Amino acid sequence: MKTVFVTVGTTSFDELIERITSSEAVQALKARGYERLVLQVGRGSLLPAADSCPHITLEAFRFKDSIADDMKQADLVISHAGAGSCLEALGAGKPLLVVVNDKLMNNHQLELAKQLHMDSHLLYCTCSTLTETLTTMDLSVLQPFLPGQPKNFANFLDKALGVQ
Amino acid sequence: MAFLEGVVFAVLLICLLFIIRLYIVVKSEPKYKPGTKGPIAVLVVAGSVCLVCSLGGHTTEILRLMESLSAAYAPRHYVIADTDKMSEEKICTFESSKQHSDSESQFTICRIPRSREVHQSWSSSVVSTLNALWYSLPLVFRLRPDMVLCNGPGTCVPLCVAGLLLGILGMKKVLIVYVESICRVHSLSLSGKILYPISDYFFVQWSSLRDKYPKSIFLGRIV
Repeated sequence: MKTVFVTVGTTSFDELIERITSSEAVQALKARGYERLVLQVGRGSLLPAADSCPHITLEAFRFKDSIADDMKQADLVISHAGAGSCLEALGAGKPLLVVVNDKLMNNHQLELAKQLHMDSHLLYCTCSTLTETLTTMDLSVLQPFLPGQPKNFANFLDKALGVQ
Repeated sequence: MAFLEGVVFAVLLICLLFIIRLYIVVKSEPKYKPGTKGPIAVLVVAGSVCLVCSLGGHTTEILRLMESLSAAYAPRHYVIADTDKMSEEKICTFESSKQHSDSESQFTICRIPRSREVHQSWSSSVVSTLNALWYSLPLVFRLRPDMVLCNGPGTCVPLCVAGLLLGILGMKKVLIVYVESICRVHSLSLSGKILYPISDYFFVQWSSLRDKYPKSIFLGRIV
């Protein structure tokens, strides 16, 4: 079953949860073949019940020790702009749509999401353009995000410190 | 009166000597190569699982760096905040997996009070940083590491300052190696800003930061 995983990390982002469970957004997801929606809602006040969206299989929870399994099972990840969530989704090799909370201004967390968007590693929208983005987005433009190379660090340090 | 003048003069002289010495230690060219003399004792500042930028947080990132280092980097002393249980488990798991490859693997875990919580105010940060420095000094003076490796948890500033002091007093040159988090694209973290002038090797992971901070080293993404 094609699954969408929505994560807000440790924050609350009711507007995103509200938008993604709206009938327009669910229709857009269905049209793309997604049949299951898993929501991690964090500290938000909305925790939608499983039967609140009649046309899609819905699961919702606040926190888990590890969301790695949810990431792994997802075919699309929709996330807030938090650096941790973005890196985890990209690290799992999943197509990622970041929804920016425009009510949070000057958040340095946005730096990373913006840069990763400029480098075509993720798609980027706001709550008001979410449904439109879900309808028109082209996941094939996304570039894979290669893991970091700690070996380069080790080689540099070995040379600098004179390790044989 | 003459006595008071003498004291003031002595204090000023000590301060001047201190500043000159600080300048010499910080500006000394990185010709110092402890690796040529044998194994390198590393003080690793492992951070808490920082919620703001957590892909497992600072500890996971620094353990990935430690994993890449050869057996020449030994012993390894990990410093964690005293409230941090999670990092301790991660370090033990990591070290026991490393043990298979080299039997002489040796490490210790040391605890100091946390110097700065996320979202803590500036003024109370200063007090708790001084408190952490009080614990860091004896620790660093006792362990006398060849280098301090850190990636920006609050505990790293007092430890690096203690390492610097060891150099200023002429007891031992301690290399300060700082790796800025992948999360910082255009601006340094507070720890990074403080440690940039005093670190020997300062790694950043985005070219935009390298352009802003000419002393920094950019090798692409390393964590």
